[in-house]
Amino acid sequence: MTEVLRIESLHKRYSHDSSEVHALKGVNIVVKQGEFVSLMGPSGSGKSTLLNVLGCLDRPTEGSYHLGGEDVSRMGDDQLSSIRSRYLGFIFQQYNLLPQYTVVENIEIPLIYQGIRLDSESRARCVGLAELVGLGHRLDHRPMQLSGGQQQRVAIARSLVNRPQLILADEPTGNLDTKTSHEIMTLLSKLNMSGKTIVMVTHENDIAKWSKRIVRMRDGVIESDEANTPDPIDESGPGLPMHLLEEAA
Amino acid sequence: MDAFSVALVSGLACLAVFLATTDKGRRGLELALRSLWLHKLRSFLSMLGIIIGTSAVIILMAFGEGSERDVLEDIKRLGTTNIIIRSVKPPDDSNTNRRQMVATYGLTYSDLEVLATIPSITRLVPMRVFPQETRRSDRSHNSRVVATVPQYAEVNDLTLVQGRFLVPDDDERMNNVCVLGQETAKSLFLFEEPLGSSVKLGEFVYVVVGILAERMPTGGTGGSQAAEDFNQDIYIPMQTARGRFGERIQIRSAGSRSAEKVDMHQITVTVEDIDKVRPTGQIIRSILGDTDRHPRQDWALTVPLDRLELVERTKANIRQSLGIYASISLLVGGIGIMNVMLATVTERTREVGIRRALGAKRSDITFQFLIETMVQTGIGGLLGVAFGVAYVFTHAALRTLPMAAMLFQDGSPSPILHVPSITWSLSTAVGVGVIFGIYPALRAAYMDPIEALRHV
Repeated sequence: MTEVLRIESLHKRYSHDSSEVHALKGVNIVVKQGEFVSLMGPSGSGKSTLLNVLGCLDRPTEGSYHLGGEDVSRMGDDQLSSIRSRYLGFIFQQYNLLPQYTVVENIEIPLIYQGIRLDSESRARCVGLAELVGLGHRLDHRPMQLSGGQQQRVAIARSLVNRPQLILADEPTGNLDTKTSHEIMTLLSKLNMSGKTIVMVTHENDIAKWSKRIVRMRDGVIESDEANTPDPIDESGPGLPMHLLEEAA
Repeated sequence: MDAFSVALVSGLACLAVFLATTDKGRRGLELALRSLWLHKLRSFLSMLGIIIGTSAVIILMAFGEGSERDVLEDIKRLGTTNIIIRSVKPPDDSNTNRRQMVATYGLTYSDLEVLATIPSITRLVPMRVFPQETRRSDRSHNSRVVATVPQYAEVNDLTLVQGRFLVPDDDERMNNVCVLGQETAKSLFLFEEPLGSSVKLGEFVYVVVGILAERMPTGGTGGSQAAEDFNQDIYIPMQTARGRFGERIQIRSAGSRSAEKVDMHQITVTVEDIDKVRPTGQIIRSILGDTDRHPRQDWALTVPLDRLELVERTKANIRQSLGIYASISLLVGGIGIMNVMLATVTERTREVGIRRALGAKRSDITFQFLIETMVQTGIGGLLGVAFGVAYVFTHAALRTLPMAAMLFQDGSPSPILHVPSITWSLSTAVGVGVIFGIYPALRAAYMDPIEALRHV
């Protein structure tokens, strides 16, 4: 399997006024295509900092970060923006949909910044993704009119629209109840089974169990890195249209 | 249209074309309109400064234009190819003609003959003016008798409602005929037909041969030019006046009585070409300035063309001060917009973070907020222009209504739409958007995306 990302002896230091915070102290990690990684650790362990670096929102102080074969650790702001729009899909705890946009328009946003012309073809693709996450009947709804679980589904559809090599999920079920969390995790697992690489930050063991690899962090270093066998997906509930999923991937 | 306006218009047009045709422009425009629509009241209030600023420019310019036209029409009424020479009563009148108690001064028949020899002069219209009571049976009217020649009608653009003006034959034969101004005719003839009737002026009876149309009084702008109300006039031939009233005229006023001997009060000189107005004026000045001819300065010369240039200079000054007022109000409007945009950027910090995470470059964010400010000021400008233009037309339309006319009796000019002011104010409004939008936009673009995403 090809490598999606490779991080070597990564350090991140912040200076707040006079005090300096050493958030990451030499992290090494390789993620290959098709992996589903959970990043765990107590607060202050550096998992969020690592996720920010992985998401090209932050640059490492030291060390290298290769994403899809490109060294992104020394890139400028504009280049990082273009890396984000080409390689990455984001799923946030707060869903982070734009309230003034409808479901389908929210899914379109990453395409705008990729410089893709919005036409009937791109619109059809966004509608297809909305159907994939089970919101084909809510295309013209605003985020405010949707439940939390539905909003997170829109966010997942949005993270897929630019055909990313890596999906970064930051506590995707943090704001959801157990049942809805289950639905969202089923969706993510199916995406992973169709070939999507996912790195997810979580502090819940129940959620981490869905992934195939669990990386635990403590005090800015990786404490443990072990494989995990997820429970088989319960196929009884309302099934996802898998043909759409293959198209999307 | 001057080159400046052309540049502004083409700049605005380029911007409009860019926004309407390119994918990015159209999306930015749509996004801006959408977020403005989301906060309708806030957008309107922040636009208000721009709306007031632009409409103020349009309205002020329209009034400036209107008053300028009034002055220009005044000058044109005097004629740009004309030179006006007046008799002026000198102040130190005591040491001459004391015994006679008759003021003798002013332009003479001999002056008229000499002026007639200047080749560039095409027309000389002398006139002699004195107050005289006009009577018609038991009605009387204190009118101003104007003794003049037939060309007077051409020089002053007189229009007749009835009959004819004086003709050369009247002058040669010293006919007792007169032409009445509108007011004179109205007050002397209540229910009679004036034309062909007779009026009494002094000791003689004159036949009315024509009635003049109502005529706008000349405004008393400029130093030597007194306001003239032509509607009170009664016109008689020059030679008739000389024969019937003699050289001297008795004037009774406020219980005292004075006499003056003035050949003519004014000569209106028409020059063949506008370029020759000034040289001819110089020639006339040197002829009349000869001390043998006029030992005292008892004449004055007015060149309306000079006043025209004065008006043009004043116009530039007015424009400049209007420009300053406009910039102040637009500046205030711009600060208002900037204030709101800074608040908007803070409020939408999270949106900026989301967009950055989804791949937006700093330039995309800058563009988005800049377009939003420009659309805001542009719409404000358009609304201001619409309001200003509507005001100008309503004001002008109201003036023509008899009922509303009394509202405007202060003599303020009727506004005339000054078309370039639309492009100026509109492009200034958009320019204000750029200037005051750039800082909030950059502030949004240079936020740390991680911080922005964490913002609640």
